[in-house]
Amino acid sequence: MNTEVLHEFVNKLKEENSAWVVDVKDALGEVTAIVPCESIVDVCWVLKTTHGFDLLADLCGADRGVEEDPRFEVNYHLFSTKHHNRLRLKVLLTEDEPNVKSVVSVWKTANWLERETYDLVGVNFEGHPDLRRILLPSDFDGHALRKDYPLRGYEPYSLT
Amino acid sequence: MGLENNIWESLPDVVTVKLDAVVNWARKSSIWPATFGLACCAIEMMNSVSARNDLSRFGAETFRASPRQADVMIVSGRVSRKMAPVLRRIYDQMPEPKWVISMGACATSGGVFDNYAIVQGVDKVVPVDIYIPGCPPRPEMLVHAIMMLQEKIMKESVKDRRDTFEKESRQSIVPGTLPITEGTVLEELAKNSEVKPYTVPSKHERRRSS
Repeated sequence: MNTEVLHEFVNKLKEENSAWVVDVKDALGEVTAIVPCESIVDVCWVLKTTHGFDLLADLCGADRGVEEDPRFEVNYHLFSTKHHNRLRLKVLLTEDEPNVKSVVSVWKTANWLERETYDLVGVNFEGHPDLRRILLPSDFDGHALRKDYPLRGYEPYSLT
Repeated sequence: MGLENNIWESLPDVVTVKLDAVVNWARKSSIWPATFGLACCAIEMMNSVSARNDLSRFGAETFRASPRQADVMIVSGRVSRKMAPVLRRIYDQMPEPKWVISMGACATSGGVFDNYAIVQGVDKVVPVDIYIPGCPPRPEMLVHAIMMLQEKIMKESVKDRRDTFEKESRQSIVPGTLPITEGTVLEELAKNSEVKPYTVPSKHERRRSS
């Protein structure tokens, strides 16, 4: 699949600010731009306003493993309803500081998606208007989709 | 000439009988279940009232949408940790006398879902009368469970049932499932309790307490 169109968007980002794109990956016809976590809001804002990526299709977190560094990543799947292209942004976060700025100011739909990522992976979204659990019970201990979370949970909920 | 005329002629005017026998006979003859389908077992539960299995032969075909009108709660499916307080609330809203049937492997023991999200057996939240094995159980097994429950009801004593089940129905092993209405003495007591209660009152309870 031809990904030149997608690379053009990434190159335009680089022209705007060379520090915005750390790395670019091209696999299976999809292009992923790795963005430093402090500039994710600016990148998203530029992509939405000037490049037509008006839909945040998905936002998800991932735990790459306890031994990995950086351990966490947050993926932003963008889609344009105007030119029908998909682009993925990726932010890498360390275990000690899993903090990234919230993109709720860019797309409203990020609100619940960021709450889900916070709930299950434990990524802290700075500037989120209402960052609390959405799937797990509100008194839940820990973040269930972290690799070091025990399958049966912590006491007293484990009840084995 | 109907059946009642024959009975009238063959029986005396006054019959002495144990109160338990009459009350239990009335109770067992119309056990109305609360509609509480949680997973795939609910499909089998729906099938049990169909023409083929016909649960109405045993007086238990009227699935009520309101727990206030129900006698038995058929927990059909896996109970998640987040669903446990809701299940408990529905149980508490049912008027006494009430019974619980745990339908299927997941409701009984957690089944294949041995993880943090699923309550490992609904008997940790509410007292259970009849357990049905199977994944899911066939409708015949649910009909059989209803018949077993009827046998159990016939053996009960009206007085004993009230005395024992009142206390037992206030216990729960899973934290965060016992309901405590805000602004009551129970709320203060619950703060020091090992069993964490939930303190969000329903609209109905809020209206009643204010």
